[in-house]
Amino acid sequence: MQNIDSITHVRGESIYLDDIPLQQETLFGAAFGSPIAHGKIIHLDISAAEKMAGVVRIFTYKDIPGDNQIGGIVPDEPLLAEDEVHFNGMPVAFVVAETNEIAQAAVKSITIDIEPLPVITDPREAKEKGKLIIPPRTFSLGNIDKAWKKCTHIFEGIAETNGQEHLYIETQGAYTIPQENDCIKVYSSTQGPTAVQRHMAAVLKIPMHRLEVDVTRLGGGFGGKEDQATAWAILCALATYHLKKPVKYCLHRMEDMRMTGKRNPYSSDFKIGLDKNLKIIAYEATFYQNAGAAADLSPAVLERTLFHCTNSYFVPNVKATAYCCKTNLPPNTAFRGFGGPQGMFVIEAAIAKAAEALGIDASEIQKKNLLKDGDEFPYGQKAESEAKNCWEEAEDIYEIKKLRKQVKKFNEENHLHKKGISFMPICFGISFTKTFMNQARALVHIYTDGSISVSTGAVEMGQGVNTKMAQVAATIFSLPLSKIKIHTTNTFRIANTSPSAASATADLNGKAVQMACINLMERLKPVAEKVLKQPCDKMRIEEGLVHIGNKKTELTWGNLIATAYMSRVNLSEHAHYAPPQVHFDPTIEKGHPFAYHVYGTAITVVTVDCLRGIYTFDAVKVVHDFGTTMNPVVDLGQIEGGIVQGMGWMTMEEIIYDKEGRLRSNALSTYKVPDIYSVPEEIKVHFLKTKKDNLAIFRSKAVGEPPLMYGIGAFFAVRNAIKAFHPSADVKFSAPITPEKVLMSLYPKKERSQTIKEAYHIL
Amino acid sequence: MIQFILNDKETSTDLPPGELLLDLIRYHKHLMGTKIGCREGDCGACTVLIGETVNSKLRYRSVTSCLTALGNVQGKHVVTVEGLNLEVSGQGTEKLNPVQHAMYKEGATQCGFCTPGFIVSLAGFCLSDSDKSYENAIASIDGNICRCTGYKSIQRAAKNIAELMQQNKGDVIEYVTSNSILPEYFSGIKKRLLELNSKTNGIEKQTADPKKYLGGGTDLYVQQHEKMVHADIDFLFNKIELNGIKKEGNKCILGASVTITDLMESKTIKDAFPDFRKVNKLVSSTPIRNIATIAGNFVNASPIGDLTILFLALNARIVVSNEISKREIPLREFYKGYKQLDKREEEFIEQIWFELPDKDHLFNFEKVSKRTHLDIASVNSALSITMNGKIISEAGLSAGGVGPIPMFLSKTSAFLKDKKISEQLVNEAIEIAQSEISPISDARGSEEYKRLLLSQLIKAHFITLFPKVHLNSLFTNAEH
Repeated sequence: MQNIDSITHVRGESIYLDDIPLQQETLFGAAFGSPIAHGKIIHLDISAAEKMAGVVRIFTYKDIPGDNQIGGIVPDEPLLAEDEVHFNGMPVAFVVAETNEIAQAAVKSITIDIEPLPVITDPREAKEKGKLIIPPRTFSLGNIDKAWKKCTHIFEGIAETNGQEHLYIETQGAYTIPQENDCIKVYSSTQGPTAVQRHMAAVLKIPMHRLEVDVTRLGGGFGGKEDQATAWAILCALATYHLKKPVKYCLHRMEDMRMTGKRNPYSSDFKIGLDKNLKIIAYEATFYQNAGAAADLSPAVLERTLFHCTNSYFVPNVKATAYCCKTNLPPNTAFRGFGGPQGMFVIEAAIAKAAEALGIDASEIQKKNLLKDGDEFPYGQKAESEAKNCWEEAEDIYEIKKLRKQVKKFNEENHLHKKGISFMPICFGISFTKTFMNQARALVHIYTDGSISVSTGAVEMGQGVNTKMAQVAATIFSLPLSKIKIHTTNTFRIANTSPSAASATADLNGKAVQMACINLMERLKPVAEKVLKQPCDKMRIEEGLVHIGNKKTELTWGNLIATAYMSRVNLSEHAHYAPPQVHFDPTIEKGHPFAYHVYGTAITVVTVDCLRGIYTFDAVKVVHDFGTTMNPVVDLGQIEGGIVQGMGWMTMEEIIYDKEGRLRSNALSTYKVPDIYSVPEEIKVHFLKTKKDNLAIFRSKAVGEPPLMYGIGAFFAVRNAIKAFHPSADVKFSAPITPEKVLMSLYPKKERSQTIKEAYHIL
Repeated sequence: MIQFILNDKETSTDLPPGELLLDLIRYHKHLMGTKIGCREGDCGACTVLIGETVNSKLRYRSVTSCLTALGNVQGKHVVTVEGLNLEVSGQGTEKLNPVQHAMYKEGATQCGFCTPGFIVSLAGFCLSDSDKSYENAIASIDGNICRCTGYKSIQRAAKNIAELMQQNKGDVIEYVTSNSILPEYFSGIKKRLLELNSKTNGIEKQTADPKKYLGGGTDLYVQQHEKMVHADIDFLFNKIELNGIKKEGNKCILGASVTITDLMESKTIKDAFPDFRKVNKLVSSTPIRNIATIAGNFVNASPIGDLTILFLALNARIVVSNEISKREIPLREFYKGYKQLDKREEEFIEQIWFELPDKDHLFNFEKVSKRTHLDIASVNSALSITMNGKIISEAGLSAGGVGPIPMFLSKTSAFLKDKKISEQLVNEAIEIAQSEISPISDARGSEEYKRLLLSQLIKAHFITLFPKVHLNSLFTNAEH
């Protein structure tokens, strides 16, 4: 079944934030961001901007009636800078003008005098200087000190992953409209409507019940609008609060790129120990997370790095420590995978390093160490593993032996081009790792004409959650989808929502919808019993008629509902779902934080042009553990999209900050995401059907984040191809592996002049 | 006043002619299907089609409306996604045209924000004269970025659309309107454009003292958007005298408003450079190539301009004019320093010409960027060689991204003259080239990388042009 939104999408009729018809007297906002990354504000001069025709007012922190604070986990992030600035682009003032053009022009005529302070962009430097956002955290299993003595082979190294710009095609934005009695209606392109509402209430010092946050859909989120949509909505609301006028701000792409945080870059140390049978006995990792200038979600991202530090492998002795390092970059934030990919990259690097030193293929080590049922993760949970099933199925259906032979033959026959293969197994835990966030609510109304409306806390951002919610309701009522309407995500209808994140949105909200619908059906059974005068425990609806078991009755759905209404039966239900079993104790770093895990294996094949240092991907072939998918079209889309987004992070997407903390890759002309020509020639996805029970909605496992990590295979495939050209090439574990890094690895400096000399010699 | 047909309605506006088509569409005509993603032509969310009559045929091309000035659509047909919706009653998928249906069916839309751009580009493919191959269907969406799908579903949709269009053997407009692929009103557009242009005189009235010359706008609107909106603009793009590709004897003459797409579609160019399509694919994207002019690329003076590098190797000459007098300058002498030209403010490029190569001529263009397509090069280079038997009788080597200006490597070119191809020659040429360049480290690569890359691209020129000559050691490293 296709995404229910796709018909309006393809006709250009879907409404996004910037498409909402404007109310009269709407004003336009624009933020003035700090021009430097760190310093003391000496003087802010808004006088010239204030005098510009069409400028209505310019707001600073002095205009904030409540707390100047939007930090979610740690209160360390002012909405508008007061005495100091901590990153380039940090909002200092908010201009409101009659047109967008005037607002943008006014921002340019604001000047600021700042006394510069030292700028830190490197997380290791931040750690050295004691700049940590939270105290370091360590996950351990077994006894690492004893374990090293048992190892036959020990390898150490450094692995680094750069950040990643979300590049949702719809930029951040908000539109706030004053209502009577000091209420504000807020349209926000946010994954977390409640986060917007909660922080807005604190900043404006008004109760949450006066703030209606409404989200129809997002033009992409990927984590970038989980916490980072908040600032723009509150800035608009601040202006609406003072001016009693509607205020809108949609960021220009370059503002968005400069002022918002990205995937956290990491620099990490690893040490891996194996026995003579290639079993990983010990693994130690130290992660230096570049959090940026404020906590934002980084502490939670950091935690997930630790949860996934051993990826899909069982390692009996583990010590993993992570530092949340404060730097002068925009606060980095959630991005599909949420620290998991950063952790997995490091153990994959460690395995690659070991394999290289031992002269074997990394897949030999990978395969030997895959998780089995009952294996313990470093955080105490026991695996219910599909890791081996996925791997072996991939080897089998994708004929890995044949594939390896083909690659070997190609590499023997070609000098200019080399192919590389990699395996990338994944294991990703589903649930918010903050246990309290694992709750959701749904509100289901049946109207007297028999049509049904469903509201949940889920935000549609392309992941197809509305489609899945509609499927849940349609399945429980056994009604056609045309009877079900999924409504906007709205804080007046559904309160205290968790953000749409952690891949868990469909599970949590879907279960709540399921509960609400079941409760309504239960309530309708006595009504049917009265009409039909027979037991109706096995009531279901088919083609608009009530069926009891397999027997059709004359009672229509419409009449059933009308009768229920006339009998004063409650046709609305608000259900609350909180998954059982999930818990985690951070004081001992142990527990059962995940409802379940998602497994899979990807085989990636790349061809590197060794003359030019560029590459194309032949194929990514995946076996993925879907449980039992409830929507193959939506789920396949998530896998394909996730793979390509992960590959982008590993290959061409390069965030460049200079030493002064200024973003150099600040536009689509300098930051490149995959285009239609750069995706693999072939992406194959095999749906592994697994029988184990799980806590997913309809046993259809969460699919949002896990596939991104298949993209990590791209890095190692390219690396293997470079090695095929130049076996002793020193290819650093530093992602992304851009064409620059490829070419420089293919032709190391010390050999370059020699090549020319040798060429002379040959002739 | 700018007048044009917007979807199925004649429309006019008093907005300044420098205003962007995108802003008119969204904020004045309230057609919200056209989205804003980047405002620099790099994402394609704002793609629209521009129809005009060329050689008495109705021709549609896709453009990014975020870089298209209203003055450039005077007297034309502008099609947004709304203008592609069939006027049918019905529910659900019955409302979809086959392009929309293919995208729907394959799950090729997730968040949906980029989707209208893809639909418009694919409709442009349906309307175009090009061969209805799968490759061309994909080429039509090479300027559209999708962050959700990973493109595989979009590729599947494009394949279905190509197959549908392959069934047509006759007139495209007739086919798409009579088969309910696009709305019926398309069949009347040609006539309506004729009427519109007979009323409006076709070309936007020029101000007496234009301060800005505008071609396609793909550079100017990225760099000087605010300035351009209210500037007095002389619109060069639609001037008949500045359009067209002519062959006079051995000379190929390009009007200043010739676009990259015009170049690719030209028979003269195809005959002279059979591989030009390959070059074309490396330059920007379809909607940008559709409006980006060759002269604009020259005047923008980017040290990395693809077309500039190409024409430097070909030793093109440019004719600049101030409307009163003209002068001719070799392109190789046009650049005086970073963004400094041998051109006065009141002058504009009127014509570009170069000698068409003969059968002994070899030409190759190389470009490497972070992303192979729709990206600006880290380094690009072109080599033009004329052979006299086994001897190089003439060589022109150019390189971009390795200095403050697009560089003609004169010493290296002179060195290659009268030489026989050998590994030693290539290596010596590389060493001379290295002495001519002065790359800097920036977002497109470090200085060291750019030096290495140019060496590799010079090797690539020779390996590509002389596949039979044994040049093996050029691409092996010290270990082999």
